[in-house]
Amino acid sequence: MAKTLFDKVWDSHVVRSVKDGPDVFFIDRHFIHEVTSPVAFLGLESRGNSVVYPERTFATADHNTPTINQHLPVEDPLSANQLDALENNAKKHGISHWGLGDKNNGIVHVVGPENGITLPGATIVCGDSHTSTHGAFGAIAFGIGTSEVEMVLSTQCIMQPKPKKMRINVNGKLGLGVTPKDVALYIISKQTTSGATGYFVEYAGDVFRDMSMEGRMTVCNLSIEMGARGGMIAPDEKTFEYIKGRSLTPKGADWDKAMKYWETLYTEDDAQFDEEFNYDASDIEPMITYGTNPGMGMGVTKSIPTAANVEGGAETYKKSLGYMSFSEGDSMIGKPIDFVFLGSCTNGRIEDFRAFCSIVEGRKKADNVTAWLVPGSHKVVDQINAEGLGKIITDAGFVLREPGCSACLAMNDDKIPAGKLSVSTSNRNFEGRQGPGSRTLLASPLVAAASAVEGVVTDPRTLLVS
Amino acid sequence: MAYDKFEVLTSTAYPLPIENVDTDQIIPARFLKATERVDFDKNFFRDWRYNQDGTPKADFPLNKEIYAGSKILVGGRNFGSGSSREHAAWSVYDFGLRCVISSAFADIFKGNCLNVGVLPVQVSPEFADKLFDAIMADPKTEIKVDLPNQKVTLVATGESESFDINSYKKDNMLNGFDDIDYLKNIENEISAFAETRPF
Repeated sequence: MAKTLFDKVWDSHVVRSVKDGPDVFFIDRHFIHEVTSPVAFLGLESRGNSVVYPERTFATADHNTPTINQHLPVEDPLSANQLDALENNAKKHGISHWGLGDKNNGIVHVVGPENGITLPGATIVCGDSHTSTHGAFGAIAFGIGTSEVEMVLSTQCIMQPKPKKMRINVNGKLGLGVTPKDVALYIISKQTTSGATGYFVEYAGDVFRDMSMEGRMTVCNLSIEMGARGGMIAPDEKTFEYIKGRSLTPKGADWDKAMKYWETLYTEDDAQFDEEFNYDASDIEPMITYGTNPGMGMGVTKSIPTAANVEGGAETYKKSLGYMSFSEGDSMIGKPIDFVFLGSCTNGRIEDFRAFCSIVEGRKKADNVTAWLVPGSHKVVDQINAEGLGKIITDAGFVLREPGCSACLAMNDDKIPAGKLSVSTSNRNFEGRQGPGSRTLLASPLVAAASAVEGVVTDPRTLLVS
Repeated sequence: MAYDKFEVLTSTAYPLPIENVDTDQIIPARFLKATERVDFDKNFFRDWRYNQDGTPKADFPLNKEIYAGSKILVGGRNFGSGSSREHAAWSVYDFGLRCVISSAFADIFKGNCLNVGVLPVQVSPEFADKLFDAIMADPKTEIKVDLPNQKVTLVATGESESFDINSYKKDNMLNGFDDIDYLKNIENEISAFAETRPF
């Protein structure tokens, strides 16, 4: 039977299938960070197990780290304790560790691809739902819980039933000011926050073929927000070009051997999907969310739908708008904002900073806006400076912070205050996600930049020269 | 992670008829700083359960005396979406719940529950509505969750529905086993497989 890309990668990692149960699924690459791994190490040690493949395991500190004064000791004792636990566990078990201050440190889903850990056809897990990011390379990558982190540390496998398969095709050309983030938010708004639950998604069509690797990462990153376990895109020349020569990619004969495998990674013509959806690129506008889940999004110029026009319970919908202090029929354009957050594993890469700068160059930050610009890694910082973007940012009245997850989930000090409205390039607008009582509008770096300079929600197309 | 075996559970239930309850609500990120698995019940639904001054919100179901001690939570559709944090499942368990019933669960949350001894029971939207109606009409409504027979029943009326669970996970829950026990038993098979990987 003809196979999909997902079938090929999945089936080649099944150690054995349990009768009427899950597959024993082999993991090539395991990322760990300070928040979801300490209890896994305690479990491992209490059972007397050891880390079976430390060379397949990679530790980075990101969720809890400050984004200023990283050279100083971490003030919050609980955060410091978690960072110490990660460092100590890594040292004890022979795992490479990129802690605070390491030149390779950054957000796990940014540093993985940057350093060539993420490879086509690989299976990648991490105790973080946005592990789906790595699917951009044709890998099967998904988030796991702490019990599973312990499983992978001690056996390099997890027990996982094979998800169903969905393909989402987007064809045509994207319009002015429409970015990969908008493509993803558009798809999620169509699918709702649970539309792909139980599925693994393959993204196909012109739009993804034309998209940069960074854009593909943004799209795959957000797969979890429609309930999918993950999303993936078939590797192509662009993929191979991106990974070639990175510090941990195969070299020489190993590269040639790997390439032979990677070139087989595509969906065959007659392969079947359990579900398939087609969208037209020209229908996609710059997007913005208005509610408290990522499925509650719309074109930035549209008005908030009425409860009668949305799926699901009206009570839940009204609770959501009530939390946001919005009403049915409201337009988002022109709403005054308090904060802008550029960063996260969704939009903390160099391309996102280039996009942001394309709008703020020669303009000034609005006085009513507090902006947190947080690169995804030190390598992104270096690139920002090398390309002269640092000066554009500073001249426009913004300040660049140090890398980390920051206000995406607000585990560190970067919390949006209660009631304040934030335009955020991150991935979740859940109640209190960016700080207790905070209100989040998810959007692209272009929408964030336009809103940061105007002080109100702004359609970036009005500031872009076509 | 050891947990008590799950066989048949009969209990009243907390109703939470809200859709898309994400794990950031079940346990907000700022309470994920522990390095040990202790006391996650304290911040279970923290921001929905408590006012900013720390006083309980009287109208939130988990705070209502009439439901106190229930071992089941009946939640709205798409329960447990969002973050993969297993802390959410720990907080469910630590709060004293052994079963969550919903018409749809997010995948990672469901998997985490099964790994920590909380049974996620997926029922039809119609049966979920029936459960909500019954609990709202009478908070003392008892629900029987029978894992061996994969059946959930409204005790008073006898109305019931079957639920799915794969037989491997069912055995684990019935015996209090987990996947690591299984995987450690086939270590040699795994290491032979690892040798065949191209990178």
